[in-house]
Amino acid sequence: MADLSINLAGIKSPNPFWLASAPPANSGDQVMRAFDCGWGGAVWKTLGDPIVNVSSRLGAVGYAGRRMMGLNNIELITDRPLEVNLREIREVKRRYPNHAVIVSLMVESKEDWRDIIRRSEDTGCDGLELNFGCPHGMCERGMGSAVGQEPEVLREITSWAKEFAKTPVLIKLTPNIGDVTEPGEAAVRGGADGLSLINTIKSIIGVDLDKMVPVPVVGKGSTNGGYCGPAVKPIALHMVAALARDPRITVPISGIGGINGWRDAAEFIALGSTSVQVCTAVMHRGYRIVEDMIEGLNDFLDSRGMASVNDLRRAAVPAYKDWGELDLSYQVKAHIDADKCIGCDLCYVACMDGAHQCIHRPWETPIEGNSAPAFPQIHAAWKKDGAFRVPWVDETECVGCNLCALVCPVEGCITMTHVTPGVPEETWNDRIAKGTNVVPGGLRS
Amino acid sequence: MTVPPVLPVFPSGRLEERLREKKPMYAPAEALAEANRCLYCHDAPCITACPTHIDIPSFIRKIATDNVLGAARTILSANILGSSCSKVCPVEVLCVGACVYNHEDVPPIQIGRLQRYATDTVLTTPAAKRLFLPSDHIGRKVALVGAGPASLACAAYLSLNGVHAEVFEKSAFAGGLNTTGIAPYKMAAEGAQNEVDFIRSLGVVTHTSRNVDAELAKHLLETYDAVFLGPGLGPDRALSIDGAAGSGVAGATAWIEKMKLDPATSIDGIRRAVVVGGGNTALDAAQELAKLGVPEVTVVYRRTEAEMSGYAHERAGALHDGVRFLFGRVPLRFVRDGEVLTGLVINGSDEEETLDADLILVAIGQARLTELVAHFPGVAVEDGRIAGDRATGRTGNPKVYAGGDAWNGGKEVVNAVEEGKIAAQSMLRSFGVDVTLVQRPKTASPYETTAPIPHH
Repeated sequence: MADLSINLAGIKSPNPFWLASAPPANSGDQVMRAFDCGWGGAVWKTLGDPIVNVSSRLGAVGYAGRRMMGLNNIELITDRPLEVNLREIREVKRRYPNHAVIVSLMVESKEDWRDIIRRSEDTGCDGLELNFGCPHGMCERGMGSAVGQEPEVLREITSWAKEFAKTPVLIKLTPNIGDVTEPGEAAVRGGADGLSLINTIKSIIGVDLDKMVPVPVVGKGSTNGGYCGPAVKPIALHMVAALARDPRITVPISGIGGINGWRDAAEFIALGSTSVQVCTAVMHRGYRIVEDMIEGLNDFLDSRGMASVNDLRRAAVPAYKDWGELDLSYQVKAHIDADKCIGCDLCYVACMDGAHQCIHRPWETPIEGNSAPAFPQIHAAWKKDGAFRVPWVDETECVGCNLCALVCPVEGCITMTHVTPGVPEETWNDRIAKGTNVVPGGLRS
Repeated sequence: MTVPPVLPVFPSGRLEERLREKKPMYAPAEALAEANRCLYCHDAPCITACPTHIDIPSFIRKIATDNVLGAARTILSANILGSSCSKVCPVEVLCVGACVYNHEDVPPIQIGRLQRYATDTVLTTPAAKRLFLPSDHIGRKVALVGAGPASLACAAYLSLNGVHAEVFEKSAFAGGLNTTGIAPYKMAAEGAQNEVDFIRSLGVVTHTSRNVDAELAKHLLETYDAVFLGPGLGPDRALSIDGAAGSGVAGATAWIEKMKLDPATSIDGIRRAVVVGGGNTALDAAQELAKLGVPEVTVVYRRTEAEMSGYAHERAGALHDGVRFLFGRVPLRFVRDGEVLTGLVINGSDEEETLDADLILVAIGQARLTELVAHFPGVAVEDGRIAGDRATGRTGNPKVYAGGDAWNGGKEVVNAVEEGKIAAQSMLRSFGVDVTLVQRPKTASPYETTAPIPHH
């Protein structure tokens, strides 16, 4: 059994799985039930000045019949009285002293920050997370992402918080910005002890075409919301990795965005996260999903001979490079396993219409001189049985884009085979350095 | 023009009403789940396997994108009887049998059930009116003989292209075997009539109880621009062995028709039934008897199981219903106690044996309707089928086209539809209307096709 315990900027947790600041961490009852299920920590639903919410509040997109690939909300921060939240946080911390309880905060003035930080820390919480990410409602009042999008304002408020706080201060960043390292660097400069990201992405989830009102419908109108769920994971992974490889970012990261299972968590950790925060998957399926997350991560670490989850952290960060640093000599070619092929020919049409026209049907013949090693066998099989539908790859034309392997419905049928072992590496940046960065056929050639 | 007759309402108390549908209509959630499983194959094998070449992946995708009207339009454009075909087609040996999932040990897409979902959803709502744009009349009219699937399909496509189409049916019901012969657990007579109603809504006129005799045939040839022959097959062939005459022995299709339509038909007191034959009619009749509650049903076939022309999935269905099969047995004579049928003597492997039976259905094929054909000069019958060009539906009389069982010797509804469509296209082209109703699947690609020129 690997050691899953973590220490993020002094915040200790029995495992890296935290509830994100959101409806699943709205109350003491919920957080305690989550801890009983195995969650290692929770970032409490954001405290601040009381607000009112609207009805309805959520919208979602599905994919191919599956629900909630992406979720969008227009809910604001907590709508419960501050005293009630603080009392429950204190009670949770008393009952679960070894779990991480972080309080998310969002207020405006320096005085308010001082006041709410003091009152929050009086509960015995393990740390604070400043919500500079919310892209709906609160930002119209100069809070949330309105702060996260202004690095200097973000830095200043961070420094206020650091002035008042005794516990670690995490800054929750918004993805609604061009370069996430700018607010990330500003937070570090302001004294942040850690970064949490991503908050939700500003979005309109859809339109009710009967009412001609965007979704979620609030009477005769709607507003932009915050997008989250499995669909946003790639965006979140990139932003986490961008910060993790930036030498100016010297603080730990709590990764958030579309984490559904242990594999997602492992990817966030490999790209630099110390803890991971989960919301949508819990809103969809409940706290119980953490059991699989813990077990899966544990077994994965064991299978890789890693004694601690900390050994996984940043494991893939060095491999995240600029395009100019990629090896131009590396070449893969698609290979179709004729025995596994079921003849749907999705690879054929994808390559023909959406890629590089190098996958062909059995009766088509290769261009003279091109390499098509599978052709003779497939062509012969088709001549024997006209219904034989296995396509073949013209390897001379194949650029190794992966599309065919991505659309193939049969696991392991199309593989991308490395065909240039031993060829010396050369990057675009190498070519720039050598002055050979000219491709024929352009404006200047 | 005469007022079109009102469709019949079937009396209650018919045996077919006791049989439940084997594959009921999908609920929307079921249809969506199944539609989303479809891989949307390129040049899909299911399209090739369908005699009418319905663009199956496209209609399934339309179900998945909440465009059910479009799904129905895709189906009906290729097969105007797509609703009944969705229920009566032997999909196991056609589209579903060709699904690529069969190569992956994944259950194939239930294409028939999805097709039914799309067509029946649309045909029962006012949206059906938005399926096809009405055409201007082109001043031509066609008479169609027999109101079975071939004629109805031909008439429908003619009507959609501005030709006045009139169908003449000798029985009281339109729909042909869809009305009188389909196993009720696949489709009841009402289902067939609803579809006839849809065909009529496209402008097709149906005359029932109108036998085409020599005089009417002459009239049709003289006053219509073309005539389509889709009369189907004749009565059941009889077993000419001792004891055949009398109660208790019936032709299978005749019995099935009465079981479906005639409330006077009963199986009360039938404890043992024998069906003679090895085709799909025999298998249908056996399953119907078993499902209606006859305790012992035996199929007697003179050749081996492998030689049966009935589908393997229908055989499996019969076995599931408890039907017993006797192969390599030839019926010798019916046994009667006075007038009352008591059994059938067959020759077993070595010696004669007697099967006790209260009812014996004979399913050894149907006679050909040569008499009707004789009314149309130039139209010939060869090998029991109307002679002519299968690619165009033309017979020896340039004004006369044909399709359906009388043309193909007895195939599926879907084959009849395609033949009706082929004839409609030929007629329309002869009228100067350039339409392409008949699609050819892409898979018939020429051997010579070469890889495309690389673009870089």
